[in-house]
Amino acid sequence: MRVYQFTEQPYYPAWNDHAGSLRVNLLNRKCDPRTAADLFHRYYDEWQIADELGLDIMLNEHHQTATCMSSTVVVGLSVLSRITKNARLLVLGYPIGHRPDPLRVAEELSTIDVISRGRLDMGFIKGVPYEFPASNQNPVAVMDRFWEALDFIIKAMTTHDQMFNWEGEYFHYRQVNVWPRVWQEPHPPIWTTTGSTTQARILGERGYVMATLGSGYNTRPLYDAYRRGHLAKWGKAPGPDRFAYLGLVAVANDKDEARKRGDLVAGYLRSSSIVHVPFRNPPGFLSPEDNARLLRGQTPPRSYTKDRRVIDMRSASVEDLIAAGILFCGTPDEVYAQTVDFCEYCGGMGNLLMMGHAGFLTPEQTVDNLSLFAREVYPRLKAWQQPDAAQIGAEAVAAEKPATARQSVRAGDLVDATITAN
Amino acid sequence: MSLTMETATPSLTVNETRIDMIERGTGRPLLFLHAENGIEPALAAIEALAKGARVIAPTHPGFGRSELPKGMRSVDDLSYFYLDLLDQLDLRDVAVVGVSLGAWLVAEIAVKSTQRLSKLIMANAVGVKVGDRENRDIVDIFALTEKEFIDIAYCDPAAGTRDYKALPDAEVLAAARAREATARLAWNPYFHNPRLKSRLHRIRIPTLFLWGTHDRMLSEAYGRAYCAMIPGARFETLDRAGHFPHQEQPKAFAEKVLSFLGGK
Repeated sequence: MRVYQFTEQPYYPAWNDHAGSLRVNLLNRKCDPRTAADLFHRYYDEWQIADELGLDIMLNEHHQTATCMSSTVVVGLSVLSRITKNARLLVLGYPIGHRPDPLRVAEELSTIDVISRGRLDMGFIKGVPYEFPASNQNPVAVMDRFWEALDFIIKAMTTHDQMFNWEGEYFHYRQVNVWPRVWQEPHPPIWTTTGSTTQARILGERGYVMATLGSGYNTRPLYDAYRRGHLAKWGKAPGPDRFAYLGLVAVANDKDEARKRGDLVAGYLRSSSIVHVPFRNPPGFLSPEDNARLLRGQTPPRSYTKDRRVIDMRSASVEDLIAAGILFCGTPDEVYAQTVDFCEYCGGMGNLLMMGHAGFLTPEQTVDNLSLFAREVYPRLKAWQQPDAAQIGAEAVAAEKPATARQSVRAGDLVDATITAN
Repeated sequence: MSLTMETATPSLTVNETRIDMIERGTGRPLLFLHAENGIEPALAAIEALAKGARVIAPTHPGFGRSELPKGMRSVDDLSYFYLDLLDQLDLRDVAVVGVSLGAWLVAEIAVKSTQRLSKLIMANAVGVKVGDRENRDIVDIFALTEKEFIDIAYCDPAAGTRDYKALPDAEVLAAARAREATARLAWNPYFHNPRLKSRLHRIRIPTLFLWGTHDRMLSEAYGRAYCAMIPGARFETLDRAGHFPHQEQPKAFAEKVLSFLGGK
C-alpha cells in the first residue's frame, strides 16, 4: 500500500467570517497575503516532513475559495518537485474540463515529471460543479471536453518522432512537439475520480487509477464496476494499485486526543459544503434525469456506515464518520484496524489518499499525526496482504446484475462534488 | 388551456433530428419560437395567436422531448436548423415570433435570410451586447436560485412558480432539459452572439419589439438599444408582464402580434 499525504492548503482564518459561501463569491479582501504566505510555507514544510517520513504527496487546486488556496497545481508541483526527494507527487486533480489549453497542461506536467525525475502521478478531473462560474467554461457536455483534452495530453506526451496536428471538436493545435519529453515512459500514471458505476467501468477499460472520496461503505460497487471493465478489456483482474481512496486520518497515542484531531480534520467536510446555493449544481453537470429527480426533491443517500445507516458527512459526528469509513481515527492500533477493515470491504485498495491535515489542525498536531501514522501504522499496512485480485475480480463478474433501468448517477462523480452537489 | 404535454404531440423530422411541433389555427403562417423556459409556458399564447394565424410551434432541439443533433451548441447553429425547417415545410410569407432566447433566434435566422419571412416580432429579446465590457446587460441567472430568478423575471412571481412535486414527469424532465439546453446555447458568451450586432442591418422586413415592462433580468433600455439596431423596427411595451410576456399576458401579447401582422 502507498499512502499520499494531502491537505487542501486551506485559508482557514476566513472560515469563521463568511456570509454563507466560502467559495467563488467570498471576496478576496478576506485574504491577508501575509497570512497566506505563512500558511503556504507551513504546508510546504509539512509536505517536506511527509517526504522525509516516507509518505507520498497529493495536492489539488480550487478556485476563488478559502477552502483551498492552491489555485493552480503547477505552482505546488513546481515547489515540491524541487524540495522533496522521494515522494511521488500526485495531482488530484487537474481540472482539465475547465482549462482552456491542454497543450499548456501537457507542457507543464512534462516539465514537472522531468524536474522531479519521474515522480509525477497525473490525476485528471473535469472540475468541480461550483467552479464553472469561475472558469466560465460551459458545464454542459464538459465530459466530452474532458475526454478530448485527456486524449490530446496523452498523445502530446507520447509522440516523440514527429510533430502532429489536432483539429478536434474543442481544441485545435498545429505542429505539436512538447519539450521537455516526459521522464516516465510512455507517460506518467493517469489517475481520475468517479462516483458513478457507469464511469467506473469505463475507467477500468482504460486501466487508470480510480479514486473515490467520501464513498465509504458505498465504494465496493464502484470498484466492482471497474473490475468488470478491466477484466472485459484486459482479460485480467486489476490489482489493488488501481484503486485509491481519500480518507481523513487522525492518529494520536491518546484516544481522546485522536478524536479531537478527527473533529478538526472533519472541518474539511463541513467547510466544503458552504457554497452559494446556485453554484452547487450548474446546468448540464448532472443528467436531465438526475436533475428532474432533484427538482422533485429526491436526493440520493449521501454516505452509509458499514451497517447501512445513512449519514450526511457534512454534519456527521466523528463516530459516524469513522463508522462510514470516511474518517480513520484513533490510536495507531485503531487506525490500522479501521483501514484494513475498509480495504477488505473494498476487495483490495492500494492507495490511501490521507487527508492528514485540514482546517484548524495545528502544525504540531499535524506533524505528530503524520509521524505517528508513518511510524506506527504505515509499516503494518505495507505488510498487510491484500485480498486475491483474481478471485475478487471473478466474484465481481459473477455478481453483476443484469442491466436495469438507467442507474442514477450520484452527484459526486468528482472528488469534491460528492460533498457539495445536490 | 386546452393543450398539455400529455396529449400526443405531433413531431417533425428535420435533417434526421426529430422534434415536437404543434400546429394550431388557420390562415397566414406564424412560426412561434419559444423562450428558454420551453414550450409548456407558451401554450396559452399559442392558443391566443391561433385565433388569427396558422401557428407552427416547434420545441427547439434539446428542449422538451426534441432530439439534439450532434454538434449543435449555439443559437447560430439552431438558426440553420430553422432555415432548413422553413425550406422543408416550404413556408412562405411567414411571420416569426420569438420570446427572449426565441427572439435571439429570430434575429439569427433573419440576418441569414428573410426570403421566406414577412414580419418579425421579438419579445424581451436577448442576443446582443449593448453595454461595456465590465457591465453585464443581462443578469447572471445561473447565479440565482430559482426563486430569485422568478422574482426578477416575472411581474407576478406566482405566474412563474412551479410545484415540481405535483407536475407530471414529462414536464419536470422538460424543465431540467430546458435549463441544460439554455446553458448549452447561452452560457458563454452569455446570452449573446458578439457577431450578431454587426449583422442586424441586413434585416429589412417589418420588425416589432415587444417588451414586458416588469422584466428585471433585462432592462427596457437594453431592448430599445437593440431595437434601434434593426432598420425601421418599432418598439411597444406590455404592462403587467415581465421577461416572459407571452406567459403572463397571453391575450394582450397575441393582440399586439396579430395587430402588427394585420399591417397596422
